[in-house]
Amino acid sequence: MDNKIKMQAKNVDFFYGKTQALKKVSLDVYSHKVTAMIGPSGCGKSTFIRLFNRMNELVPHTTLCGEIFLDDLEINNPLVDAVDIRRRVGMVFQKPNPFPKSIFENISYGLKVNGIKNKAFIEHKVEDSLKKAVIWDEVKNRLNDSALKLSGGQQQRLCIARCLAVETEVILFDEPCASLDPISTAKIEELILELKKEYSIVIVTHNMQQAARVSDCTGFFLLGELVEFGKTQDIFTAPKDKRTEAYITGRFG
Amino acid sequence: MERHFDTELADLKGSILQMGDLVEEAIIDSVEALKKLDKDKAAKVIADDKFIDESELKIDEECLDLLALRQPMAVDLRFITMAMKISTDLERMADLAVDISQRVLELADKPLLKPLVDIPKLTLLAQKMTRDAIGSFIKKDVDLAKQVILCDKEADDLRNLVQQELLNDYISKNKETIPRAIPLLLVARHLERICDHATNIAEDVIYMVEARVVKHHIEKLDK
Repeated sequence: MDNKIKMQAKNVDFFYGKTQALKKVSLDVYSHKVTAMIGPSGCGKSTFIRLFNRMNELVPHTTLCGEIFLDDLEINNPLVDAVDIRRRVGMVFQKPNPFPKSIFENISYGLKVNGIKNKAFIEHKVEDSLKKAVIWDEVKNRLNDSALKLSGGQQQRLCIARCLAVETEVILFDEPCASLDPISTAKIEELILELKKEYSIVIVTHNMQQAARVSDCTGFFLLGELVEFGKTQDIFTAPKDKRTEAYITGRFG
Repeated sequence: MERHFDTELADLKGSILQMGDLVEEAIIDSVEALKKLDKDKAAKVIADDKFIDESELKIDEECLDLLALRQPMAVDLRFITMAMKISTDLERMADLAVDISQRVLELADKPLLKPLVDIPKLTLLAQKMTRDAIGSFIKKDVDLAKQVILCDKEADDLRNLVQQELLNDYISKNKETIPRAIPLLLVARHLERICDHATNIAEDVIYMVEARVVKHHIEKLDK
C-alpha cells in the first residue's frame, strides 16, 4: 500500500472575523487515496477542504494559523503563486459550474491560460481528459455544443475533465453529487474510484453513505474540531469516539 | 455499468471458495483417518482447524465491511448476508471433522468393533453434499442446491441404520463393546450433522438466488 503523504494540514486554526471555524486541525491526505470529510452542517469540513487550494483567502476578514503542505511545499508561503496551487489542486463544486462556452472550450480554456498554443496537443488533451472523466462517448460528436446543454451529471463530469486537463495532482470535491440523481451519483462515485489510481482525492460530503462507499480514509468534524480520523472501514464499523458513533448511527443531537 | 463493488464481491466469493476447500479437505481427511485408524492424520485435522477458524473471521470481517461501506441492496444484500451464514456453517462442519478425528484417537488403539459398512456410505454422502453445497453457492445453481437438500433424508436414514445396528447388535448384547461402539455412534452423528450444515448452505443458496425461503419448508422446494 502506497502511504505517501500528498497533502498535510498541521495545527490549523481558521477564523471568519472573530469566529473560530477550525480548531487545531491536523490531517494527512495520502497519495492515490480518497479522503472523505464528514460532519453536520457548519462543522468546518468545507472550510477545511478550501484551505487545500487557498480558496478561503478570497473571503475577506479571514485568518489562518498553521501550515498546509502540498508535498514539501508550504502553500501559504508568500512566494507561492495561488494560481499555480489551484492548478495543482483542482476543485469540483456542489453545483456544476461549466463556463458558458462550448464543451471543447471548457476543457481547452485552462490549457490556453497556461500558455499552451499547440492545436494538436490541445485536441489530444481535450479528448484524453474527457475520456478519463468517462464522458467522451457522450459528447464526442458535439464538442462544439454549449456545455450548458449537458445534463447535471454530465456537466459535473465535464468539470472533472476540466481539472484533469491542466494536469492537476489533487482533486477536491465539495459535495459533488448534492444536485445529482442516484444514477449520476453512482457514475461520479465510480469515476472517483477510477481517478484515485492517478490522483489524490479529498471529498466533503453530507452523505455519509457516500463517504463509506468511495473513501479510504474518513475524518469526522464537529464544531470545528477533527474528532476522529482513520481508515474508513474502522470509522464505519467501529469508531473510537462516542461522538463519531452517535453521528454515523444517526443518534446525533 | 461496471462497478468496483463487483470486484469486492468476487473477492468475497473467492474467500468462501477457499474456506470451502479447506473444510472439504478436513472432512475427507478425518474419514480417511477413521478408515485406517490413522492417529497422525487425525491429529493433523485437529491442528489445522485453526486455519479454518481464521478463514471464518476473515470472511465475517469482509462481509461486515461490505455491509457498512457499500450499503448493498437486493441480490447484493442477499449474497453478503448469506456468505456470512455460510461461513458459520462451514466452520461448524470443520469442527465436526475435528470431532470425528477425536473419535479416531479414542478408537485407534483398539481393534475395530466391526467392519464399517454404512459409515463409509454416510461419509461419501457427506463429502458429496458438502462439495455440491459449496458448488451451488459459487455457481448460484438452484438445481444443485435442491439436490443437496433432497439428500438430507438419506443421511438421516443412514445415521439411523448405524445407530440401530450398534445398539441392537452390540451395546445391548455386550456391555464391553460400549467403549468401541459409542465412538462409532458419535461418528455417524457427526457425519449426519455435516450433512445438515450442507443442507443449510443449500437452503441459503436458494434464498440468495431466488429470494425464496425453503428453510423448514421442504414442500416449497419445487414451487
